[in-house]
Amino acid sequence: MNSIILQIAARHIKALLVLFAIIALLRGHNYPGGGFIGGLLAALSVIYYGFAFNAKQVRDKLKISPTTYIALGLSLVVLSFVPSILNQLELMQGVWLKVQIPILGELKLGTPLLFDIGVFLTVIGVTFLFFFSLTKVE
Amino acid sequence: MEAGFPNVCLIISFLFLLGALIISLFRLITGPTIYDRIVSLDLIASIVMGFILLYSIVVNKAIYFDVVIVISLIAFIGTVSISTYLKTKK
Repeated sequence: MNSIILQIAARHIKALLVLFAIIALLRGHNYPGGGFIGGLLAALSVIYYGFAFNAKQVRDKLKISPTTYIALGLSLVVLSFVPSILNQLELMQGVWLKVQIPILGELKLGTPLLFDIGVFLTVIGVTFLFFFSLTKVE
Repeated sequence: MEAGFPNVCLIISFLFLLGALIISLFRLITGPTIYDRIVSLDLIASIVMGFILLYSIVVNKAIYFDVVIVISLIAFIGTVSISTYLKTKK
């Protein structure tokens, strides 16, 4: 496709989609959003690019291959099980770590966030695989 | 919902949106060509965005705005992908 409108729109929408994907990922525990939706949004930003320009160019530009994304995400998911096992809790029970930040206040980091980031990366990889196999780029 | 000027306005706008949805559904089902169907799908996405905004006014929650932002960013990727498919098929 060689549409100038689409190409310029894809450039700007890409940044917006990535921003919104990170917002959806980070607030996913208590509000709508989460790893799956964030991953879909982040992958769609690249797919926009693929439609506007050329799917082959996009695949060549990707520094990390889709299967690496999936492997990284699944290993993060497995890694998020470890703290609950070490603390002798139920498997996948949330372990929260409270970090004090000087001005902003208290930040709660926990294994659900790690799990969500793993899901995020896995969904990105799977969506890339779907897209590249549907557009027959090899 | 009790009567009153804002609520009457809300009900009237819901009715108008419902009319628009029914008309575009008619075009989606009995479209002569596939291009009519693509455009009507895009239009239905916009109408659904209007519905969600009105509903967020009714239940008084701002969290639904994010849904509208996501739909407006995503909506035309379906249109673009169907158009790409039609272009490469010929």
